[in-house]
Order: sequence, then C-alpha cells, then structure tokens
Amino acid sequence: MLTDLTLAEARDGLRARKFSAVELTDAYLAAIEAVNPKLNAYVLVTGEAARAQALAADAALARGDAGPLAGIPLAIKDLFCTQGVRTTAGSRILEPFIPPYESTVTANLLRDGAIFLGKANMDEFAMGSSNMTSAFGPVTSPWTRRGDNRALVPGGSSGGSAAAVSARIALGATATDTGGSIRQPASFCGITGIKPTYGRCSRWGVVAFASSLDQAGPVARNVEDAAILLRSMAGFDPKDSTSADLPVPDFAAACRRGVKGLRIGVPKEYRSEGMPAEIEALWQQGLGWLREAGAEIVDVSLPHTKYGLATYYIVAPAEASSNLARYDGVRFGARTAGEDLASLYENTRAEGFGAEVRRRVLIGTYVLSAGYYDAYYLKAQKVRALILKDFTDVFRTVDALVTPTAPSAAFAQGEKMDDPITMYLNDIFTVPANMSGIPGLSVPAGLDAQGLPLGLQVLGRPFDEETVFAVGAALERAAGFTALPGIRAGAGAGG
Amino acid sequence: MAYTIEGSTGPWEVVVGLEVHAQVISQSKLFSGAATAYGASPNSQVSFVDAAFPGMLPVPNREAIAQAVRTGLGLNAQINLVSRFDRKNYFYADLPQGYQISQFEHPIVGTGVVEIELADGSTKEVGITRLHLEQDAGKSVHDQHPTKSFIDLNRSGVALMEIVSEPDIRSPEEAGAYVKKLRSILRYLGTCDGNMEEGSLRADVNVSVRKAGEAYRTRCEVKNVNSVRFVMQAVEVEALRQIAVWEGGGEVQQETRLFDPNRGETRSMRSKEDAHDYRYFPDPDLLPVVLEQGWVDGLKAALPELPDAKQARFMAEYGLSRYDAGVLVAEQATALFFEGVAKGRDAKIAANWVTGDFFAAMNRTGRTIEDPPVSAAALGQLLDLMADSTINGKIAKEVFEAMVETGKGPAAIVDERGLRQVTDTGAIDAAVDAVIAANPEKVAEYRSGKDKLFGFFVGNVMKAMAGKGNPALVNAALKAKLG
Repeated sequence: MLTDLTLAEARDGLRARKFSAVELTDAYLAAIEAVNPKLNAYVLVTGEAARAQALAADAALARGDAGPLAGIPLAIKDLFCTQGVRTTAGSRILEPFIPPYESTVTANLLRDGAIFLGKANMDEFAMGSSNMTSAFGPVTSPWTRRGDNRALVPGGSSGGSAAAVSARIALGATATDTGGSIRQPASFCGITGIKPTYGRCSRWGVVAFASSLDQAGPVARNVEDAAILLRSMAGFDPKDSTSADLPVPDFAAACRRGVKGLRIGVPKEYRSEGMPAEIEALWQQGLGWLREAGAEIVDVSLPHTKYGLATYYIVAPAEASSNLARYDGVRFGARTAGEDLASLYENTRAEGFGAEVRRRVLIGTYVLSAGYYDAYYLKAQKVRALILKDFTDVFRTVDALVTPTAPSAAFAQGEKMDDPITMYLNDIFTVPANMSGIPGLSVPAGLDAQGLPLGLQVLGRPFDEETVFAVGAALERAAGFTALPGIRAGAGAGG
Repeated sequence: MAYTIEGSTGPWEVVVGLEVHAQVISQSKLFSGAATAYGASPNSQVSFVDAAFPGMLPVPNREAIAQAVRTGLGLNAQINLVSRFDRKNYFYADLPQGYQISQFEHPIVGTGVVEIELADGSTKEVGITRLHLEQDAGKSVHDQHPTKSFIDLNRSGVALMEIVSEPDIRSPEEAGAYVKKLRSILRYLGTCDGNMEEGSLRADVNVSVRKAGEAYRTRCEVKNVNSVRFVMQAVEVEALRQIAVWEGGGEVQQETRLFDPNRGETRSMRSKEDAHDYRYFPDPDLLPVVLEQGWVDGLKAALPELPDAKQARFMAEYGLSRYDAGVLVAEQATALFFEGVAKGRDAKIAANWVTGDFFAAMNRTGRTIEDPPVSAAALGQLLDLMADSTINGKIAKEVFEAMVETGKGPAAIVDERGLRQVTDTGAIDAAVDAVIAANPEKVAEYRSGKDKLFGFFVGNVMKAMAGKGNPALVNAALKAKLG
C-alpha cells in the first residue's frame, strides 16, 4: 500500500506518475483516521489544506517544476508555528493560538512542495521524555511488548512525530531536540531521527524551550529519508542570529559514502551503571558492523560526560523560565482574568501550564536568582564549555562517535512518573550533543528481548552531518532492521 | 567655592551620579524592523518580535550598534570590541517578553569623560562609567478606562543607550551642566535628538550627601526626571530631604524615588527590600557583539567636529572668548549659522550680533535656528554694510529689525528708507555749526574743561542728521570746531 513506501520511494513514484500526490495524501489521511484514535499522535489534522496542497503538488509535477519534496505528506510537531493553523506547543496556554506567520523550517518544507497532514502531539513546551506531559493527552506508542498489551510511551518530547512516522500515518515529520527529543523517541519507535548541529536549522517561528539548546530536525522511516528532509529544512536564516551561514550539503549523497577508513570513537563514559546488557550487546554489535564495513574502532574518553545531565537540567530550565515569561495572558493565548495584573499572571499561568512546565520554570528561576546564579548557572556554563572541549578534543582523532541512544527501551505509560529524576535520566546519552551543539543521529539497530526497538546514536563534528549520515546509513545497512509496530496503517483492527 | 548645603550640623556636600537613557536615532528598533516614529497611533509600530509572539527572535540592528559606538567615541570612551546582550527578567504588562534585552556585564562602551563648563567660567571633568544598549519597554495607559489599563507597544523594543556617569557631580548646577553637555554631544553626533519633553532623553538621578572628607553615604535613585531644570531641582530637594533625615537622627535608606515637579519633592517608589531580582543572564538568542577595529576607526573618522573641539577652534580661529564660543557651539546649527556670518568678516562683531540681536529676535519671534528670522547670509550682508561705512552701527540695528519684520535684504532696506550714512563733510560741517550755534553755554563749558560734554555734541549732531552721520567724521568735525 502507498503508506508502506519510504519517502525516497514515494518521491520517485510521484515523479514517475505511478500515483498522484492526492492519492498519496488521501491514503495518509485515511490511515490517520483509522490509526490516530489509538495513538493520539496528531492533535490537529488539516485534511482539507493537505488535499489542496496535494492538488498544487500534482500540478507542479505535471508542469515539471516540482520541488524536491513535492507531494510528500508530513506531520509537523506542534512546536512549529504554522500560519493560520493552531499551534499549541502541547500546552493549554497556547490552546487558542493561531500564528499569523510560518516558521522558517516549515516554510522551507512548503517551498519544496511538502504537504502538511497536521500537527503532531508533543510534551508540553517540549519538556518531557515520554509525551505524558502534553495538555492534549499522552501519545501511545505503536509498539507493544511481546505478550503485554500495556500502552507504552513513544518517548518525548517529539512523541507524536515519532509515533506517526513509525505507525505510517506520516511519511516523515518535523521534530525538535533540546536534550534528546528527536533521538530518544526515534529510538523508542524504531525510526531514524537526527538533531543537526546547533545553527543548521533556523529556530525562527519555533516555540522556544531553551534557546541555546533547541534545534529542529526530522524523524523518518530511514536514514536516507531523514537526509532528504533535513536538506529541505536546513539553511541560513537572517532572522535567527544563531543560524549558521553555511551551504547545505547533499546529505542523501553522504548516506552512500560508506565508512571505510573512518575512525569511530567509543566513549567509555557511556558505559553507565545499570545499563541493560542487551543494550550493551547491541552497541558492541554495532561497532562490529562498522569494523566489518572498514571503519577503525577507537576507545576514547569524554571525561565530563558525567556532569552533562546535571548541567543540562540547570541550563535548560534557566532559559525556559525566561522564554516562557511571555505567556502572560496579555497579548495572545489563553487568559484567566484576575483582579489586578499580578493575579492575571498567576491565574493565567497556573491554569495554562502543566506540572512539569511549572516545575522547570521554578527550577530555572531558582538557578538564576541572586545568590544562586554563580553556584548553578555560571558553573553549569563552565562545565558546558568543558563538555564541548571533550568533544573538540576527541574529534581531533576520530571522525564520529557511536553510543546507545537511550539507556532503555520504551517504558509503559505511567512508569517513571513518580520521581522526575528517573525520567530525566532518559536523556543521559543524548544531552551532551545539545550542550556542545554537535549533530547526533539515532538509527534503529535491533529489538530487545521484549520485541521493542533500540537505537544507536552517531555523534559527529559540528556541521559534519554528512559523516554522521554515512555512519548511520552503514549501521542501518548492517542492522537490516525491518520490524514493524503492531499498530500501524494497514495492520488491521487487531494490530 | 565648592557647593554645599548648610544644615543645622554644618555644611553638607552633595554627591550625584546620573544614568541617562537616550533613545537612539534609528529607522528601526534595536532587534526588529518596526519603525520608531514618535507620536504614531497606538500599536501601529509593532512587529511580532516587539510583541514577543511565540518563536520570534531578536536580530540586532547594525545601525543602532553603530550609533552606540559613535556616542562612545564622542564621550572619549573605550569601545569594547566584544560586548554581550543579557536578559533582565521581570514581569510587567508593557514588557511583552517578560524580560528586557540589555547589556549587564559586558557593555559596548566602557569608561569615558565629559567636560562641563560652569557659570563662573571654570570647567570640570565628569567620568563616564559605561554606556550600554537596551530595549525600551512599551507604555501602560491607565486613564482610558475605569477598570482597565491599555498597552501601547510602539515604544517596545526601541533602542536606548544608558549612559552612566561616575558620582563626580557635586551640585545642582553641575548636574544641569552635565545633562546639557551630554545632550549637546548626542545631538552633534546625531545619535539622539535629546528631546526631553518627548522622553527621548530621560535621567535617573542618584543622590547622596556627606560631610567633607567622608566616604560616600547611602544613595537614593530618583527615577525618570525629564528636564534639565527638574534634574537640578531633584538634586536639591533630594539632598535637602536626606540632610533632614540624617540631622533628625535617622538613616537614609537605599531606595528608588520619584520626583514630583508639581510639589517639588521626591517620594518613595520602592525600597531596597522590594527591589526586583532581575535574574540577569546572557541572552541565548543572540551572539556576542564583535566589532572590527577597522569598522570603529571608520566611524571615528566620520564623526563631526564635536562641541569641545569646535569651541577651542572658535577661540583660536576667531579670537572669541571661552564664554562666547561656548554659547555658539552648544547647538551645532548655531555654530554653523555663526560660521556663515563670520566667514571673511570680523568674527567678534559677528559673534556679538549672533548672540545679541539675532538670539533676541529668535526668542521674540519664536523661530528656531533651523528656521531663523534672518538668514546667515543676510546678517553677513548687514555686517558688510557697516564695514564699508554704508551704514553705522545704530542704523544697522534699525535695518536688522526691518529685516526680521519684512524678510527683505539689508541693502534694499537701506535704499528704500534712505538710511545710507552721510559722509559728505559739507553736510556734517553744517550740522556741527548749527549745533554749536544753538548751544553757546555748553560750548563755553566744554572749552573751560568739561570734556564730558563732547558726547552731548555728538548726540545732537547725529540727531540733527537723523542718525545717519558717519560717527568718525562727526567726531573729527566737532573736535576741529570746538577747538
């Protein structure tokens, strides 16, 4: 069926006029209708607009001036502002918000002919690793443990995007990654996701969580699809001062490079205590595949890794506490009246923000406060510089690093909810890439004993996503990961 | 003699430092492309960035940065090639982001100096601590509705320079002179229009008092003082208040106060305990501001001649007094006008005419130096008519008034009204003879030694000649005939 095609296959099929963009879009809309009620991956489906975009794509394909993504149906994480289409960031406080502008990343995708199926669910303001913090209900993973029907989490914060791609109710999706929010859900859902180098994709029009860490990227069926999507999403944007004025390479071409002669680093600090043996085993297997493909495997040390998570949970909430100050009920979004200005703020924010967002705003406010700034924020920034230096040092001797993406497979909804720290530990392997700005990709490499996907993470030099794609594609070829989730388009009512 | 205030316990010294907020002249705001015109209808000059919509990002306006650098150069200050924008976090309805983007730890301009001139002719240097760039907030309007406040975001995001002085100021006069001098420099540079009524220049005045030789005592900050006169008043009334507190056995508490010009007093706004914790941290949306020395040098080379340099040149080149030169250079347009009049003429006479009759006519008619009652060229022509003896000084004043009234050139007025000076010695002799003949007693008194009466004869001869006699020739004829 049409929804089984990869992005590259669908693109080629559209160009060969084997099927139309309208047919492809309708197939996805039908799949959404059938599958989304089980997953809650979309918070908004824009079927009518999608069909109109599909008609335009077919016209462009007929004229021969179609863009590289003409007719490709995507899900858009609800953190990207979409003109005239409600954008909530997974929060009550933005429930009524309809942006009068289009984010640069989504505008780039539209420029290239993509079709937007709707807005993908996510953890509120991208704060979470389970998609349990969404104001619009949790997303259920399309995967279940063998012989266990409990609903699992898809990971987060881009849980809706990952679940939609995995369940084949989107051909690809935009996502964002502040501490692992692309890579961890990709790992949990058995798909590919890349957080490119900080500055590669414009942040303009993306609702901010932690500005110095936020970065947009794609989740997709496979490495090549992710490369195709990233090429369209990326690019210099003068409206974002932190955007990099660099040409965007042909990432898909890099997927075919191979790894012969590359030096792949294995950071010893990623061997965390209590990591499941099957993750350790999969990691070793991945390194073995790369060695067989001609890469040299080198042990390296990133001595400040152990401070990554702690410093992340200072820096990210600090920036968030300031970034979220604008949600005050005065100019846009939800508003709960009060007797005076202070009570307007208090009522609006108490009703508008969920518990996790409130917790992080409190943490962030605390670490920036007079008397605590030096001990927390300033110190965290110094550690951050050391984490970057660790990477700079090892990338003098290796071309990429390979690690597990997450310390576990997907967990059940409601698990790890009692203690926020347990949840935060999910980000332990992904956070260093955000703290240092380097690119990181997660590629599915195998299943655990319960039949849940596990991903491996490839980290690379700043703005060298090409090597990351090359290594990711080599792992993908060797792994031959073909497992499919129980809940997916065309899988039937039983799943 | 240093300024002191006499209290019941003896003299008190006043210590003042100023924080001046100067709105940058720029087509667009500090971090958005929205326009900055004053007086536009509410919320008509607001971009999504200024209104802090989700996902909007600030992009520094290069011209605003250039303006700050020009100002730093004009204040003889250190230009920091690397500076940084920080967020100052606080909630208010007219602060859409919930933080102001400012520069806290690393301002774009470091220490500098401004020289001020006082009424007694002395000069004094006031140190500049720093200059930094920041966003202005919007405006809350509380008088449009019984229970609601309205918010106008036109000003939100407009670029401000905060110019902080050292606590070098010791009197209301010095405080006033400092603000005036700063305004003059900013206007010369074209970096701020200095318009205090429209709020494009506002001062926060930090005041403390102490006994001679003491360390600084606790200071209070008087916020948002919006005229030179009010700055001077605020210094004085706040110093008096603090002296009364100290002498009453109390202790001045560090706090923020408001100046009420109607009542001539300052009132407590918030105490130190209520002070905001602004939670400053580097703005992660913005990269550090990194300037090239060559770019700074280019701005420096293109700076106009500034008031101090111009004053020195006017003294050296035109032989003007320090005071006259100071008056003429306070406004760039005045200096330009003066030079238009003085070029190729007697500069001292030109200065006297510009600061005397011309300024008087400007005040009287309510015109400005940009739209003067008499052009520099016309005033120059009038001076030429005196220089070549076509008219004398007394007639010149009459001609000048006619120029103001009619807008005609001086030569035309002289011709129309027959004001040409009489140099015909025959006519002068006849007038002298008539005056001598009519005043035999005065002539006798003069000849018996009352020299002072000479002026009486000059006056009567000129009167007889309707003021048009050449003064030198009249003097000579009188001297000859009176013996």
